[in-house]
Amino acid sequence: MADIVIDRVVKEFGTFRALQGVSLTVNDGEFVALLGPSGCGKTTLLRIIAGLETQTSGRVVIGGQDVSNLAPRKRGLAMVFQNYAVFPHMTVFENVAFGLRMQKAQQEEVKRKVERAAALLHIESYLDRYPAKLSGGQRQRVAVARALAVEPAVLLMDEPLSNLDALLRLEMRTELKAVLREAGTTTIYVTHDQTEAMGLADRIAVMYGGKIDQIGSPLEIYATPATRFVGGFIGSPPMNFIKVRCSQGMARIGDATLPCPATGKDMELGLRGEDASLAPNGSGIPFDIRVVEPMGSHLLLTGSIDGQPARIVAPPIAKVNAGERVGLTVDPARVTWIDSITGRAIARA
Amino acid sequence: MPARTSWIPYALIAPSVIFLGALFLVPLVQTIWLSFSAGDGFSLENYQRMAGDLNFSLAVRNTFLLTLVVVPLQVVLALAMATMVTKLDRGRDLALWVLTIPLGISDLAAGLAWLALLQNTGYLNSALYALGLIQGPVGWLSQETPWALFFAIVLAELWRATAIVLVILIAGLQLIPKEFSEAAEIFGAKPWTRFMRITLPLLKPSLQSALILRTVLAFEVFAVVYALGGRNFPVLAGEAYVWQNDNQNYGVAAAYAVLIMAISLAATAVYLRVLRTRPEQLP
Repeated sequence: MADIVIDRVVKEFGTFRALQGVSLTVNDGEFVALLGPSGCGKTTLLRIIAGLETQTSGRVVIGGQDVSNLAPRKRGLAMVFQNYAVFPHMTVFENVAFGLRMQKAQQEEVKRKVERAAALLHIESYLDRYPAKLSGGQRQRVAVARALAVEPAVLLMDEPLSNLDALLRLEMRTELKAVLREAGTTTIYVTHDQTEAMGLADRIAVMYGGKIDQIGSPLEIYATPATRFVGGFIGSPPMNFIKVRCSQGMARIGDATLPCPATGKDMELGLRGEDASLAPNGSGIPFDIRVVEPMGSHLLLTGSIDGQPARIVAPPIAKVNAGERVGLTVDPARVTWIDSITGRAIARA
Repeated sequence: MPARTSWIPYALIAPSVIFLGALFLVPLVQTIWLSFSAGDGFSLENYQRMAGDLNFSLAVRNTFLLTLVVVPLQVVLALAMATMVTKLDRGRDLALWVLTIPLGISDLAAGLAWLALLQNTGYLNSALYALGLIQGPVGWLSQETPWALFFAIVLAELWRATAIVLVILIAGLQLIPKEFSEAAEIFGAKPWTRFMRITLPLLKPSLQSALILRTVLAFEVFAVVYALGGRNFPVLAGEAYVWQNDNQNYGVAAAYAVLIMAISLAATAVYLRVLRTRPEQLP
């Protein structure tokens, strides 16, 4: 078990700055997801922690030891790759045993630990098969078993579920969470899939443009995004941003007013589609419905607020039609105010 | 697909079948027939004459010796070169291009180039003389210095034909996803272990192709040997040439040719068996 301290890590590829001084602390036994769109630097950061890539500047400290310049094999970690990287020329047993063999473990110990990891991932019945005979999901289990067999202090996972089909991904996600909770390993998990990050992680670090925009629990990130990017990236549908002008502590949208934090400033009202409730036309914020999409569990309404595009989630039985105007009531405590110029959330008064 | 178009695939492969038949199968059958005929009808006379010749056992021994020394050295060199070239970030294409220049040179020209270096009045002796290491011309390629001659031929063959192995192995290395090596590194494998336990086993199909190609060609070695040593270093293909052109005995020449083919086929069969990749072990 170990904690991880990432201290102002910078990575440059030629003139391109992939990581712009990233700092992050992962506590012992914690599960942190690095979440962001492609090209945000999350995989680069993971590879630097693993030692597969060298940082331009900054430090990586694992369990109190500065590993910045150590080879990957000396960092005491294990990794699960996006395409599994299960060795095709070895049986499942030898794949899971690989790390233990490299540690020159005794045959009995190898057997015991391989069997335990295999039992954890339910792959005992095909230990003597070759990976080519396994499905994608089974190979993924082998890759995770190989990582857990060495009982690593730190486990790194690089989009481990992205090559699986949707149903299997859901199943593996649940199982992974159970297995990793049992193992209690400090885990860093890279993904571009917000539902994976929300479902699995204790804390999520949302990355964008080589920086961490926000780090916090899934609920914090969802409810109080620190930037416009985080609000737009997390949640489905994404957060709506409505440009308003705030004067004397009040923002006026159509006929409605909402208390706003700073006066005399251009700002954006960040409103989650599920935080607005429908009201008769004439009360609340006016919303012009353009398209109604019944999603089963809810209705997805696409339209505009004050001429600006917005998406609202309504109960499945709501009686609304395209072309209609309805009112929206909003709890002022559940909205986010974004500074139009910096794109950052304005602290609540 | 409609049944009447079923002749199309046959029509499409017909030109290559006819080409191979006319220029490969017919001469092959003719050569085998020629090697087994003397006077009238089937006979082993040509083979008896071949085996009874003074140079025969020498040619067999030399050919095998050369193959057993040259081919493994070429594979090791090519593996080292391929590993280094694939690690280059910049100038990789240039390095590969320079390393493969010998491929564009005919084997006779390569032999003559090395002759110019190594003969009595060649560049090597001139250099050694200028350095004061020798007093006069030293013969490296004569019958009296068989090991020097052998060494010179090995050197020339390594220079000439290692690149083809290199090209095949680089192509093979590029097919191996880098995650395999990275995973091994994460799980504690040092560079040499990674090479032996991951890269080499995954390179097996390419190694097999390279070994078959190089071994078959090594059993046919002729021009370089002929340019450097003439008949001072008899090899099987050289003997076939001598019986064909100097002795005008086509039957014995054909027997040599069939022998070379039999050895090549046997070597190929061995490689196919020993280095086979079981289908379930394919990536």
